[in-house]
Amino acid sequence: MKNTGTLEVTTPTEREIVLTRVFDAPRSLVFDAMTKPELLRRWFGPRGWSLVVCEVDLKVGGAWRFVLRGPDGTEMGMRGVYREIVPPERSVHTESFDDFPGESLVTTTLVEQGGKTRLTGTVLYPSQEIRDMVIKSGMEHGAAETYDKLAEYLASIA
Amino acid sequence: MSYEGLDATFAALADPTRRAILARLASGEASVTELAAPFAMSQPAISKHLKVLERAGLVSRGRDAQRRPRQLEAKPLAEANEWLERYRQFWEHSFRRLDALLEELKAKEKKRGHAKRKGDHR
Repeated sequence: MKNTGTLEVTTPTEREIVLTRVFDAPRSLVFDAMTKPELLRRWFGPRGWSLVVCEVDLKVGGAWRFVLRGPDGTEMGMRGVYREIVPPERSVHTESFDDFPGESLVTTTLVEQGGKTRLTGTVLYPSQEIRDMVIKSGMEHGAAETYDKLAEYLASIA
Repeated sequence: MSYEGLDATFAALADPTRRAILARLASGEASVTELAAPFAMSQPAISKHLKVLERAGLVSRGRDAQRRPRQLEAKPLAEANEWLERYRQFWEHSFRRLDALLEELKAKEKKRGHAKRKGDHR
């Protein structure tokens, strides 16, 4: 398996997180993989989780609905509505989790260069607090280490 | 754990002094005086931080009425950490699988491309 890119995370404003990742494929394929249910089922989700519901109504105003099922049977549902679709370069959708109130706005852009595609995902959160809990997870390699280590240590003695 | 609970936990953890207080309490309960000692801060300032930590449920008061020691409540941290860890792993794992899928799609497209070109010659 080819792992061409490293996930990069930046925080340009206090309510945003920007994810960038390079994929070794033309953007038409990346766009398909991110919008076609039969392809989304193949990759979307954390380790051990599968996408048991994947509905995409790919049009402006169209809804999407995902349900992920974990190894212990736990289900996690997410939903949203497409606000903008410009294949294969850009899409904007809302996103919310069944278990948590609060809706974020996700803007995805795909830029192709030399057969590779740089994905930029901008997640705009409803508040700084919600964004910060995501940042402190240590998504940036090496960053937020203090928090992570402290939390892990404290969790281990719980 | 409730969403508001996670919010309070993360707001409490956003400050380096509060994280240091938690790290200190991880090695055992301590009075406000003991907690203030390593910091260049007044006791009222430390008390303020402790209030934030108490409200977030991260710190509670021990039994000794005179010393009023503070102790660590690690459960909210463990819950917050679990939530975050799931989020972090989400994209890393997903994108690795997407890499594999894209390789497959590229190979398919290449095949189709060759077939098309062959067809053009006819």
